[in-house]
Amino acid sequence: MNISSFEILSLLYLIGSVTFILGLKMLSHPDSARRGNTIAAVGMGIVIFGTIFLYSENGNFLNNKTLIFVALLLGTIIGTRAAKVVQMTQMPEMVSIFNGMGGACAALIGMIEIHHVQSGETSRLVAITAGLIIGTISFSGSMVAWGKLNGRFKDKTFPFQQYINIGMMLVILALGAVIIFSPNVHPSVLYIELNLCILYGVLFVLPIGGADMPVVISLLNSFTGVAAACGGFLYDNKAMLTGGILVGSAGTILTILMCKAMNRSLTNVLIGSFSSNSSANTSSPDNPDEHYKEVSMNDVAVMMTYAKKVMIVPGYGLAVAQAQHSCHDLEKTLEEKGVEVRYAIHPVAGRMPGHMNVLLAEADVDYSKLLEMDDANTQFSTTDVVMILGANDVVNPAAKNDKSSPIYGMPILEVETAKNVIVNKRSMSAGYAGVSNGLFYQPKTSMLFGDAKTVLQELVNEIKHNVN
Amino acid sequence: MEDTIKMLTHAITIQTVYVVVLMIFLGIEVISNVPSILHTPLMSGANAIHGVIVVGAIIVLGKAEPTNYAALVFGFLAVFLGTLNVVGGFVVTDRMLEMFKKRTK
Repeated sequence: MNISSFEILSLLYLIGSVTFILGLKMLSHPDSARRGNTIAAVGMGIVIFGTIFLYSENGNFLNNKTLIFVALLLGTIIGTRAAKVVQMTQMPEMVSIFNGMGGACAALIGMIEIHHVQSGETSRLVAITAGLIIGTISFSGSMVAWGKLNGRFKDKTFPFQQYINIGMMLVILALGAVIIFSPNVHPSVLYIELNLCILYGVLFVLPIGGADMPVVISLLNSFTGVAAACGGFLYDNKAMLTGGILVGSAGTILTILMCKAMNRSLTNVLIGSFSSNSSANTSSPDNPDEHYKEVSMNDVAVMMTYAKKVMIVPGYGLAVAQAQHSCHDLEKTLEEKGVEVRYAIHPVAGRMPGHMNVLLAEADVDYSKLLEMDDANTQFSTTDVVMILGANDVVNPAAKNDKSSPIYGMPILEVETAKNVIVNKRSMSAGYAGVSNGLFYQPKTSMLFGDAKTVLQELVNEIKHNVN
Repeated sequence: MEDTIKMLTHAITIQTVYVVVLMIFLGIEVISNVPSILHTPLMSGANAIHGVIVVGAIIVLGKAEPTNYAALVFGFLAVFLGTLNVVGGFVVTDRMLEMFKKRTK
């Protein structure tokens, strides 16, 4: 009886592992992505219920089933609700929170299991301690990332921060070794270790610029994957092991891909060179006469109505202002007047790769109108008006021309080849990289200040009622 | 007898290392050709999958003695948080991808 239930469970775990791999594979193709997500979710359900009913240790099945089901039910209700209510613009924050919850879960498991092992069970102790450390760091790091994304925390740096972080990591590892080799050590050591890990997570994320948060979240995501894999070692549980390692490695690759899209290395993101060498770029050397010109709503309306082709470049400002629907309205209004409208999407526009695609898709913008960077760059020369909505660094020509610029080498949208450029921003302040943008001072560029949503609504009105 | 156990543990460890190494390669292989528009949903989907940690939480809670209140409370909390990770993760990903589907019409 016992053996057979163990065998069934092993088979269910195998099915679970396969669905995770298949799901992740399908998630990487647009057509199959949604099905892939569903398949992985079904596999997860099989693994969870299989564990509840079939898991046994030394012949004993699991107790406290009522408690387990209550916790599952509560988590399901609240999790579903939170995921349904969240605004599309706040997706990165939501992912960060869920990731933190996974980390906290791993840490809690470690805190309980550490009391159940005897000294000498080194491999189990390593798995527990590693899960505890990684889970805790992932939890506190994710919470800080969440706070930074929604503006609750500001970037903070202090002298010798990198050295303090390295020192702290060494202390954490040393204390971890103490716990592994003498598990009956005074409980206070465990609490000191926990608090150090929480503090480390905070200090690790706090100095990293807000624009780099997606990279950090992706990295913490792979941390939590490794923490889950530690649980897999601990229970010799293949579903946890495969799922955890898969996310650990895929998450790391995804992190590197995101860095690549921004033409930066991971070390550069983590240490944050922006603050250290931006002094050379506070004023752009190409533009000695830093004059920008403003333009009236009516002028923009006329310019766009009589254009043949308009290209919209969305950026984070569009996401913040929730202006995706107004943006679609502008597109429809212009198309009714016979203007061709396209969107130029930079791979890292917004706060996450793909962020703009998700947002515009929410507003029912036709997918075929979204151009990726290379396509867009070939079309700017035949474009009459480029409308930049809250994007900055991704259209900064310094990335091409100015070797001393911290964003030098990043691929950009070459909007300056178009006939006219209209930039909508809230103010003249620099973008996330802290670099001034020479584009704003070029003769063909006009500034249209204001919140993206308000500006777009007024613009649509203007085109509808006051042009011809 | 002791030797058999040692050999068995050894076999398990080696097997586990195999699985880990293969999974690392698989993870890299699976992700490498992703178009950048899918980065966000993919990250979110991977986020949901590492919620499999909830299995560990279920085991911990299921093994807790009825009088071990610390284990019961922490275990309950762990299952709850793990479920948030799993369910929230999958639902958010589905919501993102639902929009992608609409646009292809």
